[in-house]
Amino acid sequence: MSSQTTAAVFTGTAEQKEALMALIDEHRGQPGALMPVLQKAQDIYGYLPIEVQNAIAEGLGISLAEVYGVVTFYAQFSLNPKGKYVIGVCMGTACYVKNAQAVLDRCKKELNIEVGECTPDGLFSIQDTRCLGCCGLAPVMMINDDVYGRLVPDDIPGILAKYQQQ
Amino acid sequence: MYRSHILVCGGTGCHSSRSAEIVEKMQEELAAVGLTDEVQVVQTGCFGLCALGPIVIVYPEGAFYSHITPEDVKEIVDEHLLKGRIVKRLLYQETLDGDNIKSLNETSFYNKQKRIALRNCGVINPESIDEYIGTDGYLALAKVLTEMTPDDVIDVMLKSGLRGRGGAGFPTGMKWNFAKAQPKGQKYVCCNADEGDPGAFMDRSILEGDPHAVLEAMAIAGYTIGANQGYIYVRAEYPIAVKRLQIAINQAREYGLLGKNILNTGFDFDIDLRLGAGAFVCGEETALMTSIEGNRGEPRPRPPFPAVKGLFGKPTILNNVETYANVPRIILNGADWFRSMGTEKSTGTKVFALGGKIKNTGLVEVPMGTTMREIIEDIGGGAPSGKKVKAAQTGGPSGGCIPADLFDTPVDFESLQAIGSMMGSGGLVVMDEDNCMVDIAKFFLDFTVGESCGKCAPCRIGTRRIYEILTKITEGEAEMEDLDTLKELCMHVKQNSLCALGQTAPNPVLSTMQYFMDEYIAHVRDKKCPTGVCQKLLQYVIIPEKCTGCTLCKRNCPVEAIDGKVKEKHTIDTSKCIKCGVCMEKCRFGAIIKQ
Repeated sequence: MSSQTTAAVFTGTAEQKEALMALIDEHRGQPGALMPVLQKAQDIYGYLPIEVQNAIAEGLGISLAEVYGVVTFYAQFSLNPKGKYVIGVCMGTACYVKNAQAVLDRCKKELNIEVGECTPDGLFSIQDTRCLGCCGLAPVMMINDDVYGRLVPDDIPGILAKYQQQ
Repeated sequence: MYRSHILVCGGTGCHSSRSAEIVEKMQEELAAVGLTDEVQVVQTGCFGLCALGPIVIVYPEGAFYSHITPEDVKEIVDEHLLKGRIVKRLLYQETLDGDNIKSLNETSFYNKQKRIALRNCGVINPESIDEYIGTDGYLALAKVLTEMTPDDVIDVMLKSGLRGRGGAGFPTGMKWNFAKAQPKGQKYVCCNADEGDPGAFMDRSILEGDPHAVLEAMAIAGYTIGANQGYIYVRAEYPIAVKRLQIAINQAREYGLLGKNILNTGFDFDIDLRLGAGAFVCGEETALMTSIEGNRGEPRPRPPFPAVKGLFGKPTILNNVETYANVPRIILNGADWFRSMGTEKSTGTKVFALGGKIKNTGLVEVPMGTTMREIIEDIGGGAPSGKKVKAAQTGGPSGGCIPADLFDTPVDFESLQAIGSMMGSGGLVVMDEDNCMVDIAKFFLDFTVGESCGKCAPCRIGTRRIYEILTKITEGEAEMEDLDTLKELCMHVKQNSLCALGQTAPNPVLSTMQYFMDEYIAHVRDKKCPTGVCQKLLQYVIIPEKCTGCTLCKRNCPVEAIDGKVKEKHTIDTSKCIKCGVCMEKCRFGAIIKQ
């Protein structure tokens, strides 16, 4: 479950606001609109701070409590900004029995952050994710949409370096 | 007409090892030697043998190239396609028989398989509706709409004996019949593609490799129960599946196979996607519908069952991806054909996802009733390291661990339940002697504690208490009576939880207690973890014969737990040791072991 409060100061731009309003208009009145709206709003802002939840609640005519309830229920929604590169180390069964914990520990050690935290430069954040469905390649991690399989902890510094150079 | 076809696996596994790059490079190289008009490159869905990815197959020869990198592409084009010489170096070695190559179906991984749900995966281009139609796609829908009444369809489904592949094994025909019996009006057809079981990825592969099969089956279901709207609830963690489903839906609409007046029969049916947002409980049918409605995905008490009052309060059927993938074939080939495979009560085939400590990781589809041993040893090739396989876990967090001496159990719904596990969605994770079974039980409970929706107390509180007792055991702080409490608590959670998540959450604990009690006792009474997995129960010790007194360990120990002078034997004070393992890592003489 995601963290329940937002720590960072909200800095939304006018373009983001406009995109959000267009999104709300598009879904207003549809049954079951909240989930798709939240998903796309998170694409726009990268996370779902209270300001965005408020706008969605007002726009769709739903109470803020209900919006917040849904946001904190689903693991995918985040109340906090994530790193530019989100590292998701798979903790599914197949990865776990092949020592995914060591991969996760190495990521934490290399970046000096804990799970759920973001590096001070805003470049990386780490998550332990549910099964990514790449069990054939266990242990697996994803950095944004790239999948890395058959990992050993010593692979980690090289993989991270690739993103640090970009 | 092309003289050769190159199939490149575009499933998630191979995709992550650069198969998209291989396709690009292949096209470049073919253009460079002027073969673009003679050789077609097709990006397909998953071949199943993920352990060998990325996989490339060249037809008509059927040459099965494994572990291909973009750097190998030029050699395949120059040698195989230009000069007609198969590149033996890159072939899957099991297909090599002296100088000849064997057909893939003769290899031990494939020869016991019977592919029905996976029939098109790895064969057609999933982004092309024409290729699906070319393999009798949408023929079953046409047959249903023009030649069969809804009752005929239900009759075939009931006779076929098809049972839900998502876990519970409820007869599909009966489910459809209940929904059909409801008064006419708004009804819905839903597809559960929220494959949350860790270790299972067959639904992902079907969606990525053969999305139209699911759409076709949903339309058939819609016609049968009198629904005109379908929803596919798919995990957002599966970006390739989502993309290919959307392409498939758009193509089907364009061809008039979805939408208004399908095939001029007056039947309307359309499908929309809904993305999950990372909640395991949404795989439970009522929670899934609550989630589509835009709420927290909490389950509702049943009855009323979804067939009576489901999505938006209307009659709804919900089937899993693999179940749907079987439907068009059953319509085309008949119920008797389907019954001819499998066992009396569990007909047809089942797809299993092989993972963990096994050589051939990947997807296999076998007739029901095949034994675990055949799947793990013959098809899966056993443990890769030559270590002894200790157990196999089926059914994910709802299932149990089956010990190796029960591997002759046939795999069907009843047999697995009888030995304390369940079919589940078909994840099969193999564990060897390095895995601690108490730790595995704790791993699953950690999962269910995090995924419990919190609506009912037995699950919300009970799973957490179970997890706490397991933690005590793995940290050496439990007493023997805790084991009795644990068992009793498990029974309470099982009997009193609202939905299947809580009702099955204790299974990993109960089954490991049933078959691996000796490991529990070792943790509790002897304060030892036999496999050395549980950190808190480990002790680092120095073997005096091997210690040279170099002081390296002593200098690196962060808590000054090591005592000893230069050139004298060192010792570790276990009361101070924090078990960080640095000493063992630093020792150059292998003199430090954990036990």
